[in-house]
Amino acid sequence: MEELKKVIVPIGPYHPLLEEPEYFQLFCDGEEVVDVEWIAGYNHRGIEKLAESKHWDQVTFLVERICGICSTSHPFAYCNAVEDLAQIEIPERAKYIRSIIGELERLHSHLLWIGLAGHFLGYNTVFMWAWKYREGILDMFEMITGNRNHYAMFRIGGVRRNIEDEDIPILKKTLSEVEGKIKMLTEAVIDDPVLSARLKGVGILNKEDIKNYGAVGPIARASGVDIDVRKDDPYAAYNLVDWKMITTNNGDVFDKAVVRLLECFESIKIINQSLDRIKGTKGEIWKEVREIPKGEGIGRHEAPRGEVFHYIRSDGRASSPIRHKIRAPSYVNIPTFKASCIGETISDVCIILAGVDPCYCCTERIAVYDKEKKKKVYSFEDLVKKSIEKTEKIKKEIGKESKLWKKLF
Amino acid sequence: MIEKLREKLGEKIKEINISNKKRIYITIDSKDLKDVIKTIFYEMGARYQIVTGIENFNNFELLYHFSFDKEDGIIVSVKTFIEKERPEIESLIDIIPGISYIEREIWELLGINFIGHTNLKHFLLREDWQEGLYPLRKGVKKDGRT
Amino acid sequence: MNLKLKALKKSLWVYHVSAGSCNNCDIEILDLLTPRFDVERFGIVLVGSPRHADVLLCTGIVNKKCVERVKEVYEQTPKPCVVVAIGACACSGGIFRDGYQMAGPLNKIIPVDVYIPGCPPKPEAIIAGIVKFLKEIK
Ligand code: SF4
Repeated sequence: MEELKKVIVPIGPYHPLLEEPEYFQLFCDGEEVVDVEWIAGYNHRGIEKLAESKHWDQVTFLVERICGICSTSHPFAYCNAVEDLAQIEIPERAKYIRSIIGELERLHSHLLWIGLAGHFLGYNTVFMWAWKYREGILDMFEMITGNRNHYAMFRIGGVRRNIEDEDIPILKKTLSEVEGKIKMLTEAVIDDPVLSARLKGVGILNKEDIKNYGAVGPIARASGVDIDVRKDDPYAAYNLVDWKMITTNNGDVFDKAVVRLLECFESIKIINQSLDRIKGTKGEIWKEVREIPKGEGIGRHEAPRGEVFHYIRSDGRASSPIRHKIRAPSYVNIPTFKASCIGETISDVCIILAGVDPCYCCTERIAVYDKEKKKKVYSFEDLVKKSIEKTEKIKKEIGKESKLWKKLF
Repeated sequence: MIEKLREKLGEKIKEINISNKKRIYITIDSKDLKDVIKTIFYEMGARYQIVTGIENFNNFELLYHFSFDKEDGIIVSVKTFIEKERPEIESLIDIIPGISYIEREIWELLGINFIGHTNLKHFLLREDWQEGLYPLRKGVKKDGRT
Repeated sequence: MNLKLKALKKSLWVYHVSAGSCNNCDIEILDLLTPRFDVERFGIVLVGSPRHADVLLCTGIVNKKCVERVKEVYEQTPKPCVVVAIGACACSGGIFRDGYQMAGPLNKIIPVDVYIPGCPPKPEAIIAGIVKFLKEIK
């Protein structure tokens, strides 16, 4: 047990789940959380304003740098928006390449989340595993695009780089290796009694909450709301390949994990089919776009965390957008904590907040306040510790039958 | 879809603009806002996406985006205009709870006052941000100077 | 070499400060700890509080809301300490240089010892940068 606690130290309280470092204040009554307040802005960089001063083509690089984890999602949605505005039809090959990049990103993002969730629960080995297998995907990215993150693959009218035929077998091989690993993780997680005890029935969101807060992505799908932009409003190659949407009905943290894990396999399916289709064929990968006409356009993309939404307006004369509105999925997902955290105990809050897969960098800034004394009583570190303690307790009780437990120790 | 909107909202629609078959923009009067949003959100079952605020030459423009996911993924954007002299509009916080943060953001970055919103405090910017400096207004340069 | 510096070089304890980054740099820092790069074999450990740290790894443009916090973290770190600016954002402001929220770059706020450019720098580059610096300490 002591061992396990020691391993936690190196990961520290700063977690790279961020989009913006955020700050939560939990108002507690004893062990129970009665209210939550979210303070953001530690990462606000004024991107919407900056976009108004950049060239149409430069904006793709700017929006890429909104978030490091979803770094293709924003250019994807932005390109969709501009193509919607200017009515551009992109070449077929570009469509497949776009889908491949989008799905690879989903894989690495979901693995990242599983690792962090494991860490929050005190299963640090899961953290190390997930991040190790994620490296394989980053290698694929490096092979296709030349960079591990921030791929700069998208441009208005297509993609910047081609996927060469000779790379495809290597890509497929790496992918099948990763698939095997994810299978192992999935089995271990789904059948594990400790995780079920810890995650089932925690932080439940029902359909009503989802509608009220407009939540999207795996969070909505875990509550049985079957929304997915890839199916509902198909773009790129998503209607040309065969895949299915994953939904579950309970809406607790466990279901969110299951949805994410199962989605990984769908992503692999999409990538494999797309690679097969572009193999041995030739074709344009982008179309020259000379002018952006006057008008407005909306583009969206199903990012790993849910729907990304970009609204863009052009006056037809300037070489940059006159208004660019960006909505990241976390923006609507995070406020759901009002529905999911209140009434839960402090040791569960940590994993509930993490269950949203919030894109915030400093979960560290969660501080728990005692409402009467207005005094800080727990730091985020304490929260993680509490969460781990609880898992330890459950492990002691039922750990012996746990598959994951056997694999880990 | 357009027929459905026409039937439900009737007179309240001042203009319909169809940029393509999946993107519909309707213009309404700002005093009808609450009714229209109620109809779209509750009766027609749309999913709330986000609000965009824009500063035009002589007025402010707010766009409320709603998505009809199961009807071909159509996005209906409800447009409404606000005068420059009196940048105020009703808050929709009692219809859509999730709208609270974006209203706060628009208040902060664009300087539009939402009547009925209880928590208009600084959210993204510093607490001691210069009064009356709204970074998304066109008169403000990108580095925050006027 | 004075004793304090010698002790500092032995086993670096790092603290990670994220001040308005896009989090990609932060992920790469965490990547350093995971099996492929595993800097823990060199005695490099990520710690939970600046009070225990020898090295501050800073990412991001330092926006106006973060300034005080970054200063505070720096003041809490026992001296001598090493401040590393990771990524184009921390080194120069990168693509966000002209934004209204920009208060940095980092060397305007606190003294910086090592700059590691790149957007994001690869984990290998981060290791190389720090090793280079350690060799220079006399
Ligand atoms: S340097 Fe690049 S990767 Fe690093 S925080 Fe800045 S934009 Fe993100």
